[in-house]
Amino acid sequence: MKPKFSVSDLNLFYGNFQALHQINIEIPSNQVTALIGPSGCGKSTFLRTLNRMNDLVDTAKITGNIQLDGENIYSDIDVMKLRTRVGMVFQKPNPFPMSIYDNIAYGPRCQGVKDKQRLNQIVEDSLRGAALWDEVKDRLNKSAMGLSGGQQQRLCIARAIAMEPEVILMDEPTSALDPIATKKVEELMEQLKKKYTIVIVTHSMQQAARISDKTAFFLMGELIEFDDTNKVFTNPQDKRTEDYITGRFG
Amino acid sequence: MKKDMSLNKRRVVLEKFFHGVFLLAALIAVLSVALIIIFIFGKGLAPFFSGNEYGTYSFIDFITGLKWTPQSGEYGVGYMIVNSIFATFGAILVGVPIALFTAVFIAEIAPKWLAGIVRPAIELLAAIPSVLYGVFGFAVITPLVKQFSPYPTGDSLLAVIIVLTIMILPTIVAVVETAIRAVPKSYKEGSLALGASKIQTIFKVTLPAARSGILTGIILGVGRAIGETMAVILVAGNPESGIATTIFSRVRLLTTNIALEQGYAAKLHEQMLFSTAVVLFIFIMIINLVLAQIQKRGGDR
Ligand SMILES: Nc1ncnc2c1ncn2[C@@H]1O[C@H](COP(=O)(O)OP(=O)(O)O)[C@@H](O)[C@H]1O
Ligand SMILES: [Mg+2]
Repeated sequence: MKPKFSVSDLNLFYGNFQALHQINIEIPSNQVTALIGPSGCGKSTFLRTLNRMNDLVDTAKITGNIQLDGENIYSDIDVMKLRTRVGMVFQKPNPFPMSIYDNIAYGPRCQGVKDKQRLNQIVEDSLRGAALWDEVKDRLNKSAMGLSGGQQQRLCIARAIAMEPEVILMDEPTSALDPIATKKVEELMEQLKKKYTIVIVTHSMQQAARISDKTAFFLMGELIEFDDTNKVFTNPQDKRTEDYITGRFG
Repeated sequence: MKKDMSLNKRRVVLEKFFHGVFLLAALIAVLSVALIIIFIFGKGLAPFFSGNEYGTYSFIDFITGLKWTPQSGEYGVGYMIVNSIFATFGAILVGVPIALFTAVFIAEIAPKWLAGIVRPAIELLAAIPSVLYGVFGFAVITPLVKQFSPYPTGDSLLAVIIVLTIMILPTIVAVVETAIRAVPKSYKEGSLALGASKIQTIFKVTLPAARSGILTGIILGVGRAIGETMAVILVAGNPESGIATTIFSRVRLLTTNIALEQGYAAKLHEQMLFSTAVVLFIFIMIINLVLAQIQKRGGDR
């Protein structure tokens, strides 16, 4: 199968500090790829190269090549266009301080969608897609800040879905949530992977094992191992992967 | 154990002591305000009641009068009220958009080194005594206005608005910039991650999120514009009558009226200056109340 992202020889520097070393990875389409590794190993940094959020960090410098469906995302695609194709859900739910409806309609509106009917449809579809519709359909015009943490995170997923992206990047999307809300979001990911390519950073190995098809293990800015999740967890090829998974460090 | 007790006792005493200090400070503040109000209103309202020792004056004539000639006994502040409104709103209308754009530029767009120069420069502007703005207006702005004016002098409503605008800019910019930088980074990231442009992010997310701080900045700016006296005196022209009909008209405002004549006024004339102060006071109260209402409604949605 053709990969969604092909990353070759990727290096990333924050000033003089090298946060990513010679990363080579092919992220498959329509599967869930989990990024695991101890805190500070560069998982978030890597994830944020995929939609160029690292551009916001003045000191960040990148070398190497990242292709999305064969196009170089740093030269062939406009960065705003890229981000409509590659959505992102953050660690801490970050709804905008506006109504639920306006949160979802935000992205499409920025792309120039004005038609009320169409926006209504997008809002409903996206909220259904994020399994949130039934909970909020009567309060679409209420502020999103009044939702619970788990609802806010699903709202952020809905907001990403509203753009009809090809890929959704998630950076520890459940780490700020309680177990029940976490379960809901995980169930949602099951649904989402039918339609989208998902790349998720998680610090929970159980979560990676539960929801992902592929797992990448990072250590100190290097990609140590990348394979089917089954294999990584049952039969890791690298000693360091095994140590991490069996809880010997991290 | 014993030591603990004495420590506790000392804390209680200290606690009471500071309670007293805070209360005293609050009382002094409240008392000062009350005294000022009583004094101004007492002196300023006296001419409108019969039996005033220096003769009475019709309140209606005072409020609606378009002529202020103490030598012939006419005390109308109607035209000053209108001119004060013109000047204040003119400065806000021109100043707020400029201040907003400047603040956005410093906080979001300018490279760090440039923001590092502009920000302290603006803070410095806010600290300059107002009379220097007046001197600047007198030396630079009125001659400039004169070039375009159909009248023989550059003293005008326009000059007042320009000087006031320059004066309120730093206040508003400083407050708004702080408010913009206080907007959580996560909002901005969320917007950009949805494919929004930088400008879209600023106008649709950052500024609305900073709304409460922006209103605070505007309120402070309005306060500074209404109360400003010294700078205005030097560029206004201060005529004895006349509502501004064009931006080139010379104007007299409530504040300047008091400052110009308080030095030599006596008897009824002096009282009428206090009456002017009463009007100014009420004028400022109304604007503050309106702005506070706006902030309450728009600030915390
Ligand atoms: N904006 C930044 N500037 C400088 N260093 C950074 C920045 N962001 C992350 N780092 C550093 O890069 C390394 C990787 O960070 P990160 O990608 O956040 O790790 P992870 O998500 O795996 O915990 C860490 O050492 C971190 O301190
Ligand atoms: Mg991280």
